[in-house]
Amino acid sequence: MKSILTTGLAAIVLAAVTAGPVLAQGTLQKVKDRGQLVCGVNTGIAGFSAPDDKGNWSGLDVDLCRAVAAAIFKDPAKVKFVPLTAKERFTALQSGEIDVLSRNTTWTMSRDTSAGMNFAGINYYDGQGFMVNKALGVKSAKELSGASICVQTGTTTELNVADYFRQQGMTYKPVVIEKLPETLAAYNAGRCDVFTSDASQLYATRLTLGSPADHIVLPEVISKEPLGPAVRQGDAQWGNIVRWVLFALINAEEFAITQENVDKMKDSTNPEVKRLLGSEGDFGKGVGLDSDWAYQAIKAVGNYGESFERNVGQGSRLKISRGQNALWRDGGLQYAPPIR
Amino acid sequence: MTSARRDEVMGHRATPARRPPPAGAGPLAWVRANLFSSPLNAALTLVGVWITWTAAYAIVDWALVRAVFTGSDGSACAKEGAGACWPFVTAKLDQFIYGRYPAAERWRADLTMALFAAGLAGVMIPGVPRKGWIAAFLLIAFPAIAYVLLTGGHFGLAVVETEMWGGLLVTLVVAVVGIVASFPIALALALGRRSRLPFVRWSSIGFIELVRGVPLITMLFMASVMLPLFLPEGVTFDKLARALIGVALFEGAYLAEVIRGGLQAIPRGQYEAADALGLSYPQKIGLVVMPQALRLVIPGIVNSFIALFKDTSLVLIIGLFDLLGIVQQAVSSDTTWLSPSTPLTGYVFAGFVFWVFCFGMSRYAQRIERRLDEGQHR
Amino acid sequence: MVKMHTARDGARHTVPARPRRGLRDLAYDPTTRGIVLQVLLVLALLALGAEIVSNALTNLEKQNIASGFGFLERTAGFDISQTLIDYANTSSYGRAFWVGLLNTLLVAGLGILISTVIGFVIGMARLSSNWLIARLAGVYVEILRNIPPLLMLFAIYFAVLKSLPLPRDSLTLPLSSYLNVRGLTIPKPIWLDGIGIVVAALVASVIAALALKGWAARRRAATGHGFPAVGIGLALVAAAPAIAWVMTGFPVAFDMPQMGRFNVTGGLTLLPEFVALLVGLSLYTAAFIAEIVRAGIAGVAKGQKEAAAALGLSRRQAMRLVVVPQAMRIIIPPLTNQYLNLTKNSSLAVAIGYPDLVHVFAGTVLNQTSQAIEVIAITMAVYLLLSVVTSLLMNWFNARMALVER
Repeated sequence: MKSILTTGLAAIVLAAVTAGPVLAQGTLQKVKDRGQLVCGVNTGIAGFSAPDDKGNWSGLDVDLCRAVAAAIFKDPAKVKFVPLTAKERFTALQSGEIDVLSRNTTWTMSRDTSAGMNFAGINYYDGQGFMVNKALGVKSAKELSGASICVQTGTTTELNVADYFRQQGMTYKPVVIEKLPETLAAYNAGRCDVFTSDASQLYATRLTLGSPADHIVLPEVISKEPLGPAVRQGDAQWGNIVRWVLFALINAEEFAITQENVDKMKDSTNPEVKRLLGSEGDFGKGVGLDSDWAYQAIKAVGNYGESFERNVGQGSRLKISRGQNALWRDGGLQYAPPIR
Repeated sequence: MTSARRDEVMGHRATPARRPPPAGAGPLAWVRANLFSSPLNAALTLVGVWITWTAAYAIVDWALVRAVFTGSDGSACAKEGAGACWPFVTAKLDQFIYGRYPAAERWRADLTMALFAAGLAGVMIPGVPRKGWIAAFLLIAFPAIAYVLLTGGHFGLAVVETEMWGGLLVTLVVAVVGIVASFPIALALALGRRSRLPFVRWSSIGFIELVRGVPLITMLFMASVMLPLFLPEGVTFDKLARALIGVALFEGAYLAEVIRGGLQAIPRGQYEAADALGLSYPQKIGLVVMPQALRLVIPGIVNSFIALFKDTSLVLIIGLFDLLGIVQQAVSSDTTWLSPSTPLTGYVFAGFVFWVFCFGMSRYAQRIERRLDEGQHR
Repeated sequence: MVKMHTARDGARHTVPARPRRGLRDLAYDPTTRGIVLQVLLVLALLALGAEIVSNALTNLEKQNIASGFGFLERTAGFDISQTLIDYANTSSYGRAFWVGLLNTLLVAGLGILISTVIGFVIGMARLSSNWLIARLAGVYVEILRNIPPLLMLFAIYFAVLKSLPLPRDSLTLPLSSYLNVRGLTIPKPIWLDGIGIVVAALVASVIAALALKGWAARRRAATGHGFPAVGIGLALVAAAPAIAWVMTGFPVAFDMPQMGRFNVTGGLTLLPEFVALLVGLSLYTAAFIAEIVRAGIAGVAKGQKEAAAALGLSRRQAMRLVVVPQAMRIIIPPLTNQYLNLTKNSSLAVAIGYPDLVHVFAGTVLNQTSQAIEVIAITMAVYLLLSVVTSLLMNWFNARMALVER
């Protein structure tokens, strides 16, 4: 009886293991062997990563994963999305459960140096803001002394808000909740006056409130929140792939290469475009990919600007303007090193 | 003793005629005996009537009278004074049962649940022949079949990632896998705790007491954020599998104590008789002790399963969407159905589903217990 | 434990005392087998442990994750909504740990008290001769214990938030207290000089009352004369601090709540998360306690009640002096389990945002430091310690309640 049971248990445990042990090797090789990229994303935040009812993911962070998958496999569908809570995200990356963490994660020094990961770039320049109900008549964050503030736990926002109020000599009452839906529900029920988070999240979550027009985002931005993809520490090649796919998308925007015209642009006479799309030189080799890696990425999700507008910009419900996320030549911060 | 009574005993006085017994056993007599036997009782009865009336009125009023039965979004339920928002439940029912399991593949989940229900019925209903075979099917063949059916990847079935699973499906998967996988762990621990080998005994006690001393949630945290660090590089489990490991270890410790209770109830003579027959330890335990002990602890196992079934809802804290998790997500972040009455409707629905399962199982445990008791008195 | 010995003795009977005759016999010798088995188990556990430790070390080192307990000294940098001890965002992670632990103890302690009271009432009600009351108590038990506590917490928290007004429409209660969706705010006592004397008077009177009770019990045992020790003791406990209170000139001031721009400021606030958690845990656990109480009282042999009646004790006396003391022997062990369950279930606080140990420490601190192993290990150790302490206390209580066999 017991041995039968033990066998049964062993079968279950074996069956539950989704990936067998792999020899020590580069992440790229592992991804290729597996046949798909595993990408950690947010459990659901409109514009960045959210599944629809059928489980199809979309968003700015999701696009980056698809672009990386396309650069490796020439197929943007070869990616598996693993939704992660704020608490799980770093362990998931550290343990190898995911290959890339593309989950609106703020690049900070401690995370970059002592949490076992490296950031590969910045795909969204954000800053922390405050959202309040219009009925309160508040016009500035400086008037918020004594207010109750809803904040999600385990985020840099939780620390920033403490710093900001201390610095301004103001007091507040924190309402700290683990998950976003519950945090919003508490804000909605009047449990707190203010909801604080990255500005992009504020715009995204405002849409999910009963009447979005009743809520305003205050003008103050109290922190720098550069959001970007992160990879495990110790695999420079893999970091390079993610970094340069992001740069390729930004460069594509600079050269006006779009999802639509990318095939035509292959015949462009501009040497920079030729190098980017792989019709001149073989820059893919440096990161272990084919020479058309960037072409595939752009073909899959369009250039950075297209992805931005489609997911969070004018083409989306969020209607966030480019602002800091415009190209450097348009007065923004998005600047990609040249490919040569 | 009062003096009058002493007189009576001493026979000094003739016994007065007794009052006739209260008239019959009619409903009026029953009411008087059970509801109005004393002024205090009468007052209590009135309070009870008031509680019953208020509760029944509130429930009927909310669930039927003021409830909304039709509508395609939250605006129908947002009107002033609306009660339950039933169209929310009907619209979301598929999601509550399967999560985001692809619609075209849901027959696989249905088939799995039907197989399980059939097997369970075979084991639970008295009088069904070949119970041993059915139990073996449930414990060995069924997990394999369920695994292949649900995850796919074999026999031409499309792969369905566990990220897509949700709702009642996840609740049942966690509960069933939890109990099945914990069973061998529990057997080993229960025997280990009663072993005469000190090291075996103390390590079993240590594990059992450690696990029983901490909340399930910390076990789940451990499984979700610590376990990955303990595994060699490259070995990863998906999130659901990690939660299952945490649940199985946790349940193993509790079940071990239930089984130990059964082992302790086996008379010493049984052990000695087995020894006298020259049976080895595995034979003694497997053929003599366990069959008797397990029969005794069936109610305990069912009760422990009920507790586990309720506890599965905790997996929502580590980001899995069981029935409660998916209801909670729907009531707090689905903008289509946003209305003041949606959350309560969702909670009541989820509560009712959990209640039906748990209450049914507890009734079953009670019946078995009575049957066992009768057996003992024979 | 006793039965375990019997099993062991039973096994020993099989050891025939005969001289060793070779390797084959050695292999069948139970003692040798036992030793080999244990050595194998030790080796297996050691190997498993070594594997885990080496994996963890490799993973941590390779990924440059900090380790050790030094983080407890570092500045936390976040705020907590309910703090029983002084805490600011400049305090250390270690301090945040204590804040979380005290919040856990507060809700668990109060929960144990409330659930015991409700549980005993419902349990007695189930045995009531009043049919309706017994049925109602049965319905309560059957509904509450078959629903996940987490679901109850969500529902209660939601109901609390929904039924209470926004701060600007706060309900004003007597003693300038306010009730709104942010909680119940009452005047906060501020202790002045002289409060020490009042506390001392309270402690002294409690000790005196206990001594009185002991004396009364001894006297009853010796002479059979009763003495209203409970009444006099209670009067003593009430009177002594009150006198000290008046004599020291009311050493207390109050921080009165006031309506601010956003919130009620000042005073002492009971958070809605706290109330929801306390109510949810208490109602849930009470259903189990009620069953235990019912089983305990029903488990007292009928003859005991009849004997009490034969001795001329009133129903109330029979209950208090005969039935309950015996029922307690049945009740206390499972009751201990329920207390432990309640303490462990208080960790569900994390779902509704009450800052208990799991929420503050295994949640926020873990996130901010990413030192999962240390944080989870500390958290588990604390719960384990709480379990052990509760068990010991209840065992002591149980030993006192156990009938002394004469």
